[in-house]
Amino acid sequence: MLREMDAVFKALADGSRRKLLDQLRQSNGQTLGELCGHLDMTRQAVTKHLLLLEAANLVAVVWRGREKLHYLNSVPIHEISERWIGKYERHRLRALGDLKKGLEENKSNKPK
Amino acid sequence: MQKPKLVYATYIRSTPKEIWAAITKPEFTRQYWGEMTNASDWKRGSKWEHHNPENEVWITGKVLESTPPKRLVLSWADPDDLKDKSRVTFEIESLEDMTCLTVTHGNFKAGSTMVKKVSWGWPRVLSSMKTFLETGKGLNIFCK
Repeated sequence: MLREMDAVFKALADGSRRKLLDQLRQSNGQTLGELCGHLDMTRQAVTKHLLLLEAANLVAVVWRGREKLHYLNSVPIHEISERWIGKYERHRLRALGDLKKGLEENKSNKPK
Repeated sequence: MQKPKLVYATYIRSTPKEIWAAITKPEFTRQYWGEMTNASDWKRGSKWEHHNPENEVWITGKVLESTPPKRLVLSWADPDDLKDKSRVTFEIESLEDMTCLTVTHGNFKAGSTMVKKVSWGWPRVLSSMKTFLETGKGLNIFCK
């Protein structure tokens, strides 16, 4: 689980790779050639970045005949958001609940 | 082959049989798919339905292919909008101690409103299924 997440964070730590994912979000299922056409990167660089994204499972691949199609796979990102953001969100909600409770208690003390 | 619109893959520390059961058996789907269930006999040509806990049909379709525990192909439509029909393929592949589940959703009609709904849903359902099969407890998928 941890090694999987390391791969995801490492893959997302690079601006060019995030740009590739943005490209796929705009138009899912592109070939290497199509992706190169939209980005200011060499074919070799795009290939290298795509392999890393595939290894992190952020890009899923489908073969259509000899064409390799790349898809944005947001499942690992969702796991991270559930594990970290979900947790923080719950803390925030609890903090807000405590604040509300505190303020309401103060209010009831005021008329003294 | 038409180019699929959405492809999701998740690597789960589990077996193909368990993953097949997680998709097809209500006692499992209930635990990770936001209390929803999938009902069918899962034979080719049979009807299948996706129900909420009140037993209302949310999605309906036919089993187009069924090769347990490897491949399941379903047609997929909202019962209130049967014309907006699409197709979902589950592929289950064993890889050493892991199993890769790939969900491909495609054959959407032009202007389909289903694309947006399922792009929201699949990553949540699949990450919840992974967590459920690995830890015994799913995620709250409808949590915003």
